[in-house]
Order: sequence, then structure tokens, then C-alpha cells
Amino acid sequence: MIKGNFVDNLPKIYGLYTGGFIGFIILMAICEQMGMTAKTIGICFVAFTVFIYALIGYLSRTAQASNYYVAGRQVPTVFNGMATAADWMSGASFVAMAGGIYFKGYGYMALLVGWTGGYVLVATLLAPYLRKFGCYTVPDFVGTRYGGNTARLMAVIVLTVASFTYVTAQINATGTIASVALDIPFQYAVYIGLISILLCSMLGGMRGVTWTQVAQYIVLIIAYLLPVFWISNSIGAGFFPHFMLADEVARIGELEQQFGFVKNAAADLKTVPKGLAGITKAHSAVNATPWAFISLALAMMMGTASLPHVMMRFFTTPSVKAARKSVGWSLFFIFLLYSSAPMLATMSKLSLIDPTLPTGIIGKSIAEVQAIDWYQNWNQANLMYVSDFNGNGTLELNEFFMAGKAVVLATPEIAGLPYVISGLVAAGGMAAAMSTADGLILAIANAISHDVYYKMIDPKAETAKRLTVARVLLVVIGFAGATIAAMEIQGILGSVIWAFDFAMSGLFFPLVLGVWWKRANKEGAIAGMALGLISGFAYLIWVRNGGSGFLGITQLTFGIFGSAVSLVAMVVVSLMTSAPNAATQRMVDDARVPSGAQVITQQK
Amino acid sequence: MSKNEQHWEKTRGLLFVTLAIWFVFSIGIFLFGAEMNEVTGPFGYPLTYWFTCQGSLGLFVILIFWFANRQEKIDEEFGFSEKGDK
Repeated sequence: MIKGNFVDNLPKIYGLYTGGFIGFIILMAICEQMGMTAKTIGICFVAFTVFIYALIGYLSRTAQASNYYVAGRQVPTVFNGMATAADWMSGASFVAMAGGIYFKGYGYMALLVGWTGGYVLVATLLAPYLRKFGCYTVPDFVGTRYGGNTARLMAVIVLTVASFTYVTAQINATGTIASVALDIPFQYAVYIGLISILLCSMLGGMRGVTWTQVAQYIVLIIAYLLPVFWISNSIGAGFFPHFMLADEVARIGELEQQFGFVKNAAADLKTVPKGLAGITKAHSAVNATPWAFISLALAMMMGTASLPHVMMRFFTTPSVKAARKSVGWSLFFIFLLYSSAPMLATMSKLSLIDPTLPTGIIGKSIAEVQAIDWYQNWNQANLMYVSDFNGNGTLELNEFFMAGKAVVLATPEIAGLPYVISGLVAAGGMAAAMSTADGLILAIANAISHDVYYKMIDPKAETAKRLTVARVLLVVIGFAGATIAAMEIQGILGSVIWAFDFAMSGLFFPLVLGVWWKRANKEGAIAGMALGLISGFAYLIWVRNGGSGFLGITQLTFGIFGSAVSLVAMVVVSLMTSAPNAATQRMVDDARVPSGAQVITQQK
Repeated sequence: MSKNEQHWEKTRGLLFVTLAIWFVFSIGIFLFGAEMNEVTGPFGYPLTYWFTCQGSLGLFVILIFWFANRQEKIDEEFGFSEKGDK
């Protein structure tokens, strides 16, 4: 199936796959009618989809370096777009984003703008030129453009710090979903999640990851959009929620006025279970200062353009032209989900707080709410909580608490959708977290195997040996990530945002100036990467330990400080040292035109 | 000026135009977020709210495709486009 003209058959293969998956959803719906329990449906969904990914991973096995590192550079633009979208949208995007918008409104939506606007930087500043370079990994570009092992090693270090921060959150998310769906303790579920992740990537490397990511994108987008459209219709908000929720948004504003945002006493808040929050911010009003919004968006945009696991997806296209188009397709597929998250948050919030709707709980008596089936379920799962702080027997807006992920996980049930949808959502969340984790683990393992082992330690190593090293590293890094994830140190979303800041502190300017400023040299790049990463990290530690920070840069946007230091260091040091030699200058010239041979010729 | 230099000049021009549009819709308009939100935008949503959940996002998608097409034209003009590419 994978051999021969596989690439030409892609639309047919994934068309069949999509049809098969929809058939499976219908089959599950019929089983539910016939009395299959909710738990069995959940297990079927997760087990079936993970089995398919593992099968694709197995069929994509390879013994060639170019297949393992860049999927043979033959991934068509649209499919690479889907794979990038799955690579990009993590468990956080899928499970936590609608929740964040639900609780924080405008201030949080800077992430939506940041996580899409960054692709404009990717398309214009970097992707086509790095594709022309013909590198296997991002440090491969740094090492070749600037020359020398120190620059290469620095890039590997920045990549590892950023990606590893990110990957623990993803393994954590797969563990959370697996533990809920399969009903096993989190500590074991984390390793089940990890093994599923490794099954996709170990045998086929980038090739396996590419084709599983396309499959995962199809599952996650169906799992996200189907409930959004269904809920919109079942609460009577209109057939196409994206264009028809203006009245609902306005209605939430009215209700907010009517209820007011009552501040709870600290002692009362202590009784609320950890991780749950109440609605304290306006839904559609501007509730953040321009700089708070812009700085967060800017940090996320520059971070997007520096994250190696995204960049390396554009190394797999057949040409420079295809790389550019492919960025557009990636963003289109991301847009489908990101533009739906605010709609889901709106519908979820309105159906809970509007007393005139049958699902509304604000204004009902506490005892009545506590007797609702779905409330009991989600309360037991520690995702929802009500408490009568003022003792009037009625539920007020400030007495209702929910976890962020409940917006995606619980809204289908609240709106009265059948359980098969909840099973589908679990499969979608699993797909989102697995695909991102795969991309990240592969980025780290490839950088260490290709740039550290092959380029520095043993340049004469044979392909078979190189790939064995790459696979062993994949497993080691995966287990290290899972072990840290099992300790549950940080929340999912916080560590994702840190990863962006680390990446932009160390890599943004060394990558961009490598293409756009010929005068940038090795010494400058090393200074830029080292000082950028160190100063960003130091700022984070300072603010975390009670430091006041400056210019309104918080622990979520420390990359702005780190990258500014990186830029200054890189320019100053480059100008103080000698210009790069003629060969390097010619290399940059070659990278700037799409035609002609790749700059680096890789050994097959 | 050599062919390569002219090509790069045009490429850089396109970059500046693209980044200027990007800047307006990712940063510029949010300087006036509070004022703009008083205006009713497309589909009846408050304008700033609409930009954060659909407008800017959709615009970036269109912008990248537009950029890719323009860059292809520039490459063709100088004979730098790749051979045998679909």
C-alpha cells in the first residue's frame, strides 16, 4: 500500500480512511442505542484510532536516511498542511483553548492571534529558504550557515530546552485522556500514551510521523467541528455558529451586567477544588491593556517561527514553491479549529448561565443543580463544583466553578448530545496530543542523532547505525519526558507558552538573520543563541521568584526580553568580528533563489 | 546590478509589504482594541472581538497565499522558478 505510487493515491487513501472513520462513528452510535455502556464506547474510540495510527506507523517503516529525516521530500502541499496542523495543534489547543477563552475572554484571545499570525513570519522569513538549504534539522541549518560545531551544538541545546518543555505537557495530556477513557491510574496511563506515540514514529521516523499526523488531523478536526455544529443546532443558535452567534454574544454581555462579577472572599475560594475557576471576566469586551494583548501575541508569533518541530515539517515538501504554499495550507487547517474555539466557548457559557434556557443553572436552587446527572458526573471527575457562599440557597454566577478542559469535554453532554460524541471528543484530544508529542520527540531525537552524533562524533557512521542511534534516542527521550510528565510539575498550558518563549529567545534572530543578513557570522550567532537563552531563562526565574519585571513583560512573555538581548548580542558581536568568508556568502546567495541544487548535499 | 541582486531587491520589497499588512492586523489594530469594540463588525459581532476570533486569523491565511503567488511571479520573472514542479 505504501510502495509504488503511494503519493499519487493519497487523496483516495485518506478519502477511504475518512469514510471508514465516519462509518465507525455511526457504528458506535448504533451500539449506543443498543445499550453499549459509555465506558465501552470511550475505550473503543481510543483503542481503534490508536491502532490505526500504529498500523500506519508500521507500514511507513524505512531504512533510508532521507525517508527517516524528511519523509523523502515528497509530501504534497495540502497533505503537509494537514500534518503541520496536527503537529501544531496540541492537546492544549484541543482541550484547553476553548476553556481559556471561556474564562478569560479577550486577554486570552491574544493566543489565537499569536498562534496564527506566526505563520506569516514562517512563510515570508524562513520556510522557503531553509527548504532550499536542504537541511535535515534546524541545527543543521545553523551549523552549515555559520559553520563550526559550537554553533551547531548551541542550536541543539536551544531546541532541546524548548521542545522538551513542550513535550512533557503533551505526554501529560495523552496520559490524562488515556486514564479517563481507559479508566486506569494516571501514572500508568502516561506510559500507555507514550507507547502509542512511539509506535507512530519509531520505525518510519519523519515518514511515519507525516502519514500518521494526516490521519490524526482528520480525526481531531471531525471530533472538534461535529460537536460545535451539533450543539449550535440543538440549542437553537443557528446552523452555522461562526456567522450566527452575534445575538448570543450580546446576550452574554447582558447577563454579565445583570449578575455582576461578585468577588469571592479568599476563605470561600479555599474550599474550591484545585484547578477550577469561576467566570470573573467579561466575554467579548476588551479586558486587557493593549500592551498586555500585543506582547503576548508578539511572543507567540516569534515563538512560532522558531519552533523546530514546526519548521522541520516544511523540509518535507518536494520544492521551495511547495514549501511556501504548504504554510498557507497549514494555517488554513489550523484556522478551521481556532475559529471554532471561541464559538464553542460562547455556546458553552450561554447554555450554562442563561436562566431562560433549559440547560441554564445560574438562578436555580443549589439542591436542584446538585441533583442534575451531568453535574454529578463532572463533579465526581473534579471538573465542576458549586457552593452556596452567601447561603441564599440559589446558585449565583460567582458560586459556580469549572475546569478549563470541561468546556470541550462536558459541553456535548450538557447540551444533551449522545455519549458517542463524548467518545469522539476523547479520540480527538488523544490525536491532538499524540501528533504534537510525536513531532517534538522526533525533533529532539533527530537533532541529537544527526547533528551531535553523525556530524560531530562519528561522521563516518553508516546509515543503518545512524538510524539505530536515532531510534534509541527517540525511546530514551520519550521515556524521560513521560517520567517528568508523571510527576505533574506544571500545568499543560503554562509549559506550552514557556516553550515558545524559550524557542524565540534562542533561535529567532539567529535563524532570521542567517537568511536576511549576510554579514551575520559564527561568533554573532553563538552569542545570540547563548545570551538570548540565558537572559530569557534568568528573567523567567527572576519573575517567578517575586521579581517585579519591567516593561510589563511577564513570565508568559519573557521571550521578548530574551530575543531582544539575542538581537543586540548578535549584531554587536557580528560587527566586532570579521565578516563570513566568500563561500558562506555564496551559500546565502544560493539559498535566496529557489532554482538550482540544494545548498547541502545529504548523503543518502 | 546583477540578476540576483534585482531578484533579491524585489523579494525584499514583497517581504516589507507582506509584513506591513501582517503588522496592522496582528498588532496595529489592537492598540485601539477598546475603541474599535464599540463598532459593530461583520455578522453583528463587536469589531475587535470579531478580529480576534475570525478576522485576523482568516486574513493571515489569505495573506500567505497571496504572498506565495506574488513570490512565484517574481521568481518566474527572473527565471529562478524550479523546473518540473507542479
